[in-house]
Amino acid sequence: MTTLDDWRDRPLDEVLALCRDTVEDPDYPTVRRWRELGGKVVGHFQVYSPQEIVHAAGMLPLKVRGAPVEPDQADSRFGSYLCSILKTSLELVLSERVELDMFLSHPICDAARNLAAIWGRNFPYPCQILYLPQNANSQYSVTYLRDEYDRLKESVEEVAGRRVSDDDLRRSIALYNDNRRLMRELYELKRETPWLVSAEDGYCLVALGGMIPVEEHNELMRAVLPMLRSRTAKPQDRVRVVFEGAFCEQPPLDLVRMVGRSCYIVDDDFLIGLRFILEDVASDGDPLHNLAHAYLETSSYSPVQHDNRKLKEEMLLDRIERSGAEAAIVGAAKMCEPGLEEQVAYIQALDKTGMPYFVNEFEENMTSFSQLELQVETFVENLLFG
Amino acid sequence: MNDRQEDSLVGRGNRDGAELFRDWFESLNDTAERGESAAYVFVMGSFNEILKAFDMPVVFPEINSLQTAVRRVAHEFLDEAEDYGYSPDICGYVKADVAVQLRGGEHPMGRIPKPSLAVYTNACNTYIKWAEIWQRMYDIPIFTLDVPGTRQAGGQTWPGERRFEADRRYVEAQIRELIGVCEQVTGNKLDIDKLRQTMGYANEMSSGWARVLELNRSHPSIFNALTDGTIFLGVANGLRGTEAGARYFRELVEEMEHKAARGIGTLTEEQHRLVFVGVPCYPIFRRFNELFTEWGGTFVSSTYLWFASGGTNRGYQYDLAKPIESLAEGLLLFVRDAMDSMFHQYAMVRDMVEEFAIDGVVFHPIKSCRTVSTGLADSRRALMDDIGIPSLFIESDMMDRRVVSEAQIKNRVDAFFEGLISRQQHSAPIAGTPAQSGSVEEVV
Repeated sequence: MTTLDDWRDRPLDEVLALCRDTVEDPDYPTVRRWRELGGKVVGHFQVYSPQEIVHAAGMLPLKVRGAPVEPDQADSRFGSYLCSILKTSLELVLSERVELDMFLSHPICDAARNLAAIWGRNFPYPCQILYLPQNANSQYSVTYLRDEYDRLKESVEEVAGRRVSDDDLRRSIALYNDNRRLMRELYELKRETPWLVSAEDGYCLVALGGMIPVEEHNELMRAVLPMLRSRTAKPQDRVRVVFEGAFCEQPPLDLVRMVGRSCYIVDDDFLIGLRFILEDVASDGDPLHNLAHAYLETSSYSPVQHDNRKLKEEMLLDRIERSGAEAAIVGAAKMCEPGLEEQVAYIQALDKTGMPYFVNEFEENMTSFSQLELQVETFVENLLFG
Repeated sequence: MNDRQEDSLVGRGNRDGAELFRDWFESLNDTAERGESAAYVFVMGSFNEILKAFDMPVVFPEINSLQTAVRRVAHEFLDEAEDYGYSPDICGYVKADVAVQLRGGEHPMGRIPKPSLAVYTNACNTYIKWAEIWQRMYDIPIFTLDVPGTRQAGGQTWPGERRFEADRRYVEAQIRELIGVCEQVTGNKLDIDKLRQTMGYANEMSSGWARVLELNRSHPSIFNALTDGTIFLGVANGLRGTEAGARYFRELVEEMEHKAARGIGTLTEEQHRLVFVGVPCYPIFRRFNELFTEWGGTFVSSTYLWFASGGTNRGYQYDLAKPIESLAEGLLLFVRDAMDSMFHQYAMVRDMVEEFAIDGVVFHPIKSCRTVSTGLADSRRALMDDIGIPSLFIESDMMDRRVVSEAQIKNRVDAFFEGLISRQQHSAPIAGTPAQSGSVEEVV
């Protein structure tokens, strides 16, 4: 099933423009097309969700990550002191830009834990919290999560109207393993030759993975990656930075573009949930157990996954070192409790190591960047010429 | 019982509660002065049953923080934490505690001992981020006891059911791991009989707490859930699993039953029975309540007394013959219930309107706590759509006086009561005219 406008046999720049337009379109045309073709959609809120289980049931897992829209209807469902992504995510469905058959959220933060209840009071379809374990250090966590995935599978089967076999799951895991491998290749490209892929194009290529079927995304990535590698662009005098703090609410694409004008974003946590599993998930044995094991044992990090083995500031320093970055941009979404709390630890760790950093707060709906651009340029100039 | 005995009975819960509270803080001060440390815990799943079995002093940083607001010095602590780097937009409790730690434990009620261990549930995600701060500051063990909550409204599972038992096994495994951590920190093995004893005290407190809350169905209400209730809550948390706590709740039940039997209410001439949904406005704690009592409004219940007691309001009783298994089952049930009181409280409030003869619901979302506040506007919308009960929605904070405007709150409260009275007058049957319906919402 094809949901993206035809991109095959088109030049790279046109394909990338299509990707950008699709990601920025708040009407989610790919999801609309999927539904027109008779498909069902399960929205999964940030950060990580086991998309394989939804895919194995023949449904489209849609990454719910907010949108640059005004929360005209959603505003009345929320109080004042909240991040934007909660409101705009609900707005997408209240305004009927997106239609779902099931909604999943995760216990990532105090605000998002309310989402399933709010959603459920407004829509008749199943709205659930998938209780990903918050004690990653218990010997029993993998077993628990395996059971929780089994519970989710039963719910998904009810919505899909069909059973999901272990072989269905294994096929989906194999497809998502391919997908993760391709995204790792994209990030390797960003790290090794960042002048070949702009910050916003890298972002959009990943974001599309949460909006179209994985088979289609894999095909797109397989076509685009060689084209990017064969570009003839030359390195420019830009600072190599890691952008940290976009694990949930996403900075507007214009902000990413603006940073990209003076920096190479060589690594980041943009949409980290889509890239959370770092290695192939095992394809033999119990697929639900394998997925649970991967989430707990071979995954990246974010401020909303507590694990005593993953001190976030150490993970950030490691990300900086591995990517060969010269500085960090430490962002946080406005009103994001975990992001703002983690920012303090990040800054203290960066201070200790003497790594230059730039701190900012962003909001997905922000539209004015001139002041911020001036600050980033000053920061960059200090690094280059200071 | 003679008149003098009756006089000493009425108000005893408030007097004794305040005294126990002071004693508790004095003992923490002594611990700190001796250079000893304490276990840091939170109200939604404190594990006092286990920690007291190890004789560990217990600190509730949430309670320390709210005390700075009640004593009107919270802004000093918030400013200090913000200077240190924390955003104005994060939880005020966290920031006040950071400042207490930066001051070496200095607090308006005495010195707070440093942590030797932090134990917390996932009932509030900020607990986890908060504990990570102590982990960085003191390099201490921190333990998340993860309690899976209700997955979907109305979808709770129960003991004996397959899904419940899967969750219970997870909680039980973690409790056993926690006991191992406590043994390492204290150097002592768990005395299972001592655990049974603390659980027995907790049983008495839970049943007493449930009974006290239930007794406020009385007319007039026998305690104010916002003010008196907060004193009872302090004991329910701080002294959980202790003999003193068990005795306090035995006596509190005696007092409340006495008041209910004799129709002795609070000091307010009760005209409007209200439910409070949210967290109190501690920076103007007394005044906030007066804004309602001046109109004859009394808070007969509060979701705060449910979730901030960690769900022990349900009265769950541990089976002392199977202490660990029962602790796991109880923890799963009452922490889940505490979470439901925050995320799914709409149905609970709806159900109590008739039971407690409620006239209006006051929603009080706050800047500091997104766990409690995020869903309140939608809960209110659903409640209005469902049963059309008058409601008031006011935003402020539990710590930060910069976002507490007494004048604005007073305007909203006054308009609420004017609407409530107007509605009651219009709905009173007048000969020859049909009863009219009116929404306070329209007036407010």
